[in-house]
Amino acid sequence: MMERTPLASIFVYGAVAALVLSILAPVFWLFIMSISSSRELTELPLHWIPQEPDFSRYIRLFTLQEGSSGREFLYAMRNSLSVSLMATGVALVAGVPAAYSFSRYPGRMALLYGVLVTYMMPPVALILPLYMVFSWLGLLNSQTALVIVYCTILLPFVTWLLKSGFDGVPIEIEQAAQIDGAGLFQTLFYVTLPVAAAALGTAVLFALLLAWDEFFYALLYTSDIRAKTLPVAIGDFAAGRATDYGLISAVGVLASLPPVLIGFFLQKSLIAGLSAGSVKG
Amino acid sequence: MLFAAKSYNFAATGSRERIAWLFLLPMLAIMAVVTGFPLLNTLWLAFTDASLTGRGYDWNWSGLENFAYLIDDKNFRVALGYTFYFTIVSVAIEMVLGVLVALLLNQDFFGRTLVRTLMILPWALPTIVNAMMWRLIYNPEFGSLNALLLQFGLIDFYRSWLGVPGTAMNMVILADVWKNYPLIALIVLGALQTIPKDLYEAAAIDGASPWKRFWHITLPGILGPFSVALILRTIEAFKVFDIIYVMTRGGPADTTKTASFFVYQESFSYLRAGSGAAYAVAVTLLSAMLITIYIIALRKTEHAP
Repeated sequence: MMERTPLASIFVYGAVAALVLSILAPVFWLFIMSISSSRELTELPLHWIPQEPDFSRYIRLFTLQEGSSGREFLYAMRNSLSVSLMATGVALVAGVPAAYSFSRYPGRMALLYGVLVTYMMPPVALILPLYMVFSWLGLLNSQTALVIVYCTILLPFVTWLLKSGFDGVPIEIEQAAQIDGAGLFQTLFYVTLPVAAAALGTAVLFALLLAWDEFFYALLYTSDIRAKTLPVAIGDFAAGRATDYGLISAVGVLASLPPVLIGFFLQKSLIAGLSAGSVKG
Repeated sequence: MLFAAKSYNFAATGSRERIAWLFLLPMLAIMAVVTGFPLLNTLWLAFTDASLTGRGYDWNWSGLENFAYLIDDKNFRVALGYTFYFTIVSVAIEMVLGVLVALLLNQDFFGRTLVRTLMILPWALPTIVNAMMWRLIYNPEFGSLNALLLQFGLIDFYRSWLGVPGTAMNMVILADVWKNYPLIALIVLGALQTIPKDLYEAAAIDGASPWKRFWHITLPGILGPFSVALILRTIEAFKVFDIIYVMTRGGPADTTKTASFFVYQESFSYLRAGSGAAYAVAVTLLSAMLITIYIIALRKTEHAP
């Protein structure tokens, strides 16, 4: 590194301070709102720090009483969790062999790019027919419908990401296993997948994040606590008439915890995953 | 046993092909049902006057009528205009800010690792939470943005940031930029770190100005990842829906109504499946153009040594 003048150092630290502040301030404010009393939040002029932190919203959100906001929140949390996990599971079951095929039996490049194209296609291209089919099958407002429709996003994504993961596994170790008499499936399960475990883990976490974040389809195909996911519930909370800004903020904080933790955990593999096309807006 | 082929049995070309397709089968079957069929069905719908009813479509062929209408539809053109505005402005700011912050994070300073980790926070925050958070911050009566600007004397009265045409879209863009530029910064930073340091030192010894060093060393070094991120962000931004839905619902006076939102309303608020599908096809074609550019760029980088 070249030497910096003192002036340049001051500039660097000033810019870093501004950067950190701009990143933290909105999120910190979200948390402050969640522990401020409603009175303080609607007081003018605004007090920035609550006199007494009020954690009652968090307690309220963890009660299951009939008609309470906690009930809505907890069911949404359950739906988000199970839909994300199931959709990721389905994507893996079909995506692992597909990615393996693309990696080890090259020659279907057009198909591989086709997979990528479907991942990037706007959802509006699919919403109407999927709605009709779910309606015919009586699947509207069900977790099943969301698991099915999330395949349109997760499956191509997982396939694409795992393909490059498998590309990094040297073919020699597979050949060695086969000489020892391992079949194709055995090779895949006991040799290739363990070696590609890091790529597999990354793919799983990214898939979970994608499903957790999805809003458009969930908005269209779910209507009550049986299947509504967290993003849709938050949209409802935010649009509700009786607005308790603190409560909405508390829901936001809780909904962000899992992905933020996963995000920090993913830090190392983030760039690799991103180049595989997860710049999701 | 079909699958437990021993040693090199499956090395034969015919059987290799069969195994390759067999492994692809589950994925292809699922994609055909959840993506292939709906896509074709949307295409068909676009040539009908179908309406969305409780039990299936109620439809007749209408030929190119939907598209003829679409071409003349001023509202759709306006929505497309807002979509382009959102896409171009937000992506441009994200890319420039991303590069600037990446250059900053590439400097030596105390706490660099921590700051880099912090950049993940906006990216990991769910899109809907981000939208809701900024909506609360912008709140016209009690929002913290108003309070902050007033207490610093920058405004004299509370503004309705999301309630005024013209301002609303820019405020939505600000929220979108806050969430998305840190990722660009991390991608560019990753590329910056692959540029050998001695290149800079050699250039400095040769007397190249910092500006020249940026153009001739830094820029070529980050160009690949930068352009991939640029195209991916453009494709994503063009589809924008979530943040609009939560922050403005397309208002005020439809000045934040983007193409995806337009199709959503046409299909699910007005229940016009036929014309909704036609608009969807138009939006998809525009997206397809962007995606094609992306694939071409991707193939280029893959063929490059």
